Amino acid sequence: MNKPVRRIAIFCGLLVLALLLRDNWLQFVQADDLKTHKNNRRVDIARYSQPRGNIIVDGQAITGSVETGGVDFKYKRTYNDGAMWAPVTGRSSQVYGATQLEKLYDSVLIGDDDRLFFNRTVDMLTGKGKKGGDVITTLNSKAQKAAFEGLGDKKGAVAAIDPRTGKILALASTPSYDPSKIAGANDGKEWTSLDGDKNKPMLNRALRETYPPGSTFKVVTAAAALENGLYKDVDSKTDSPLPWTLPDTVTPLKNEGDIPCKDASLRVAMQWSCNTVFGKVSADLGNKKMMEQAQKFGYNNDKLDTPVRAAQSIYPKDNRPQNAMDGIGQASNRATPLQMAMVAAAVANDGKLMEPYMVDKVRAPNLNVIETHQPKELSQAMSRDTARKLQSAMETVVNDGTGKNGRIPGVTVGGKTGTAQHGVANSENPYAWFISYAKSANGSPVAVAVVIEGSDTMRDDIAGGALAAPIAKKVMEAVLSTSK
Amino acid sequence: MPSSAGSNTTATTTISTVGPPSRRNTELALLAFAVILPCFAYANVGLALNGEMPSGMLGYGLGLGLLGGVGHLVVRKFAKYADPLLLPLATLLNGLGLVMIWRLDQSERLARLAKAQGFTFQASAPNQLMFSALGIALFVGVIIFLKDHRILQRYTYISMVVALILLVAPVFFPGKFGAKIWITIPGLGSIQPGEFAKIILAIFFAGYLMVKRDALALASRRFMGLYLPRGRDLGPILAVWALSLVILVFETDLGSSLLFFGMFVVMLYVATERTSWIVFGLLMSAGGAAVVGSVEPHVKVRVMAWLHPFAVYDNPRPSWATTEQIAQAMFAFGSGGVFGTGWGQGASDLIQFAANSDFIFASYGEELGLAGAMAILLIYGLIVERGMRTALAARDPFGKLLATGLAAAFGIQVFVVAGGVMGLIPLTGMTMPFLAQGGSSVIANWALIAILIKISDTARRPAPAPAPSTDAEMTQVVRP
Repeated sequence: MNKPVRRIAIFCGLLVLALLLRDNWLQFVQADDLKTHKNNRRVDIARYSQPRGNIIVDGQAITGSVETGGVDFKYKRTYNDGAMWAPVTGRSSQVYGATQLEKLYDSVLIGDDDRLFFNRTVDMLTGKGKKGGDVITTLNSKAQKAAFEGLGDKKGAVAAIDPRTGKILALASTPSYDPSKIAGANDGKEWTSLDGDKNKPMLNRALRETYPPGSTFKVVTAAAALENGLYKDVDSKTDSPLPWTLPDTVTPLKNEGDIPCKDASLRVAMQWSCNTVFGKVSADLGNKKMMEQAQKFGYNNDKLDTPVRAAQSIYPKDNRPQNAMDGIGQASNRATPLQMAMVAAAVANDGKLMEPYMVDKVRAPNLNVIETHQPKELSQAMSRDTARKLQSAMETVVNDGTGKNGRIPGVTVGGKTGTAQHGVANSENPYAWFISYAKSANGSPVAVAVVIEGSDTMRDDIAGGALAAPIAKKVMEAVLSTSK
Repeated sequence: MPSSAGSNTTATTTISTVGPPSRRNTELALLAFAVILPCFAYANVGLALNGEMPSGMLGYGLGLGLLGGVGHLVVRKFAKYADPLLLPLATLLNGLGLVMIWRLDQSERLARLAKAQGFTFQASAPNQLMFSALGIALFVGVIIFLKDHRILQRYTYISMVVALILLVAPVFFPGKFGAKIWITIPGLGSIQPGEFAKIILAIFFAGYLMVKRDALALASRRFMGLYLPRGRDLGPILAVWALSLVILVFETDLGSSLLFFGMFVVMLYVATERTSWIVFGLLMSAGGAAVVGSVEPHVKVRVMAWLHPFAVYDNPRPSWATTEQIAQAMFAFGSGGVFGTGWGQGASDLIQFAANSDFIFASYGEELGLAGAMAILLIYGLIVERGMRTALAARDPFGKLLATGLAAAFGIQVFVVAGGVMGLIPLTGMTMPFLAQGGSSVIANWALIAILIKISDTARRPAPAPAPSTDAEMTQVVRP
C-alpha cells in the first residue's frame, strides 16, 4: 500500500505547490495592480492618513488639512475661499475622488512621488511620518478675487494669463462650490445636491466649458485677413458691401444696430463689431485658411494641458455659409474662456503665443524645489507686425468703441467685446464676452477673457462691453497693481 | 529494517528491538520555538497598534506555553515514539492564529461595523484561547485513552452512523451566511459538525476499506485499460458521491462535499491500489459539480464570483455579485506584497467580519506578506507530509489508511480554503485549520493531530523484544 500513499503524498505536495504559485502570482506579480486598484480602499486610507501637502498661491496655502477622528481617514482636506479657488484646486474628496491639481499632483501632495524618494527615506530613518510636497501655482490672488467677485452671482467664467510667459493669473467660474463641503467621508447629501444642481457648480467653466466666442473671435479673423494679405492695413478700406449675403444663400448677415460697416476699415469694423465685414473676410479667405489661423491661436488642440487639460476649442471644417458664420464666432465655432484669453495674449505679446500653465514649482516638504516650469512658446500666432496692427485696432475698441468699459486711466488697454447668440434660432439668452489686455512699459502683464452666460439685459453687442468689460477691467487693475 | 540483525544472533525477526530514537527532546525544542514565536508576534502587534507591549501578553504567552507544555508531557508519557513535528507545528499555527485574531479584535473598523449592524462587538481571542484549551484537552484525552489506534477499527459502522447524523443534522438548523453547516445549541452557541465528521468519516472509510479492499481491487473486469469494478463494489462510492451531492444541495456547503469526496477517493485508491478508482472519482466529482453548479443557485453564484471577483464594483452591479469579500481578499494579498505591511499595520479588516475566520489567510497575506503566507502554507504542507510519512511507516493497513485519509483531508481542506481565499478555486467557506477563529475547527483539528500522533507512535515504536528462541541454535544454517 505504500506506493499509492507515496503518490498521494506527492499529490498533496502539488496542492501546496499550487497554493504557493498562486500566492506568488497574487503577491508578487499582480501585487502592484491590486495595491493601486481603484476600488482598493487602502489607497484612500493611505492618502488621508497624514496631512496633504498644499496648493500655494502668492506664498499662501489655499488648502489645508484637518484631523477628522475617523477610522479610515485621519485627515480631511480643507480649502480657504474654496468656492473662489475651486476651478484651480479641484477637489480631494474621500468619497468622490480628486480632480484637477489635487488629482494631477496627488502623488506629490501625499508624498509618494518618486522625486520625494530621498525625503521619504530620510524621514523613515529619522522616524518621522511621511509628508507631502507643495504645489506652487502661478495664480495671482488679487486678480482671482477681482474675477470671482466681479462675476458675483452671475453665471460665467474668467481666465487671465500673463502674455509674456503664459502664467495663468486668474481662473474663476461661477456658480462655484466649496470643495471643503464634499471632502469628508459623510458628505453624501451635499454631493447629491451639488451633483444634481442644474447650474453645474462643479463645472470648471474657465477651462472645461466651450462657448461660441461671438464677436471676440473677430480678432482672429482680422489676424487671418492681415496674415494672408487680404488687407494690408487695419486702416485701409475693405471691400464690404452692406447688406451682405452669406455665400451660397439668400440670407443676409445682419449687424447689431445701425453701424457704419459699409466698406469699413478693419479698425472701424472692430470698433463697432461689424458682422458683415468679418463674415466676408472669413468667406473670402475660405475655411482652410481660417482654420489654420485659428489653430495657430490654439484651436483644435485636444491636448492643451495647464496641466489640467483644457477642453478643446473648435474651429471646424465647414461649408461656405457656415464658415462665414464661424468667422464671426458663431455656428460651430466654440472656445473656452482660456482659449479667448490666449487670443488676447497672443496679440498683446506681439504675436508670440505662450503655452498657458498654472503650476510654477513643485517643492518637497523640506522646501527643496523638485520641479520648475519653464515658459514655453506654443506658436507664433502671427507676425509681430500684424500683432502691432491688431493692438492698435483693439485699443481703438476700448478707447472709442464698444469696449469703453474696459478703460483704465493711464494704461493702454486693448479689447474686443462679443455677444454670442445661442439656442435654436437665437432663442436663448446670449453670452456676453470681453477679451482684453493691458500694457505697460515692458510688455503686457495681463490678458483676460470674461464670459457671462445667459444675461438677458441686452441682446446687442454692447452687452459684452456692459457686463463683461468691467470685470476684465478689475482683473487687469488687480494684476497691474501687483506686477513688478 | 534488519540493520542490527547481522550482528545479533538472537534477533531472528526482521523487527528490531532498537527502534528509532524517541525525539522527544527535539519536539520540546521545537515546541519552545512554537511558543516563543507567537509571543514575539504578539508583542509586535501591541507595539504596532498601541505603541506599547500588550498588557495581556503574559497571559497569552503563558496560556500557549501551558497548552503546548501539557501536550508535550502527555506525548512524552503516552506516545513516546510519536512524530516530533506534529505537535510543535500545530501549536505554532494555533499560536499565530490567536495573535491574528487578537489583532483583529483591536480593529476599530470591525467594532463600528458591528455597531452599525446592531451587534455588540465581542473580542474573539479569549474564546479562541478557551477553544484551544478544549482542543488540547481533547488531544490529551485521545493520547491517553486511545491505547492503540486499531481500536477505532471496531467502531467502523458506528462511525458511519455518527458521521451521517452529524452531516445531516445542520439541515434542521437555520443557515448562516448562505451555508447550512451549523448546529445551534441554545445557550451554548453553535458547532460545525462537518469538522468532526471529517475525522469520523475517515475512521469509517479506513475500517470499511480495510475489509473490502481485496474485493474492490481484484474482482473487476478490465475494460479499455481500466479496471471496472463490479456493480456491488461500486455501491459505496456511489453512496458517498450521492451523499456529498446531498450535502452540497441541502446545506450549500461546497467545501465539505469536496473534502469528503476527495478524502474517500484518496483512501479508496490507497486501499485498492487501482488508478481506475481515481479516474472514476474525478469523473463523478466533475459530473456532480457540473450538474450542481448549473442547478444550485448558491454554487453558481460562487463560481461566478470566483471568475469575476471585481464585478461587484461594476455599474450596474450583476445580481450575483453580492459580496466584495473576494475582491477585498485579493486587495489584501496585493497590498501586502512580498514583505507585508507588518503585523498590525494592514487593513485586512476591510474584508469585514470574515477577516478573522474564513478569510484569515488573507489577513496573514497582507500583514506578513508573501514571505509569511508562504511560510504558513509550508507549515501546513509539513503537517500533511508528516501525516503521509506516518502512513508510510504504519505497519497495519487500517493505520495506513486512516493516517493517509486524515492527512489528505487536512491537505485538501487547506487547499480548498486557501485556494478559495486566493481566488485559485471558487470560495467554499471552510476554515483554515488552527488559524481561523472558530471552536469546532480548532477542537476537531487537535483531535486529528492527536490521532496522527498516536498512529505515528505505534508506527515508530520498536517491536517488543521477541521471546528468546530456544530453536535458534538448532536452525542455524550449516555451511559446507
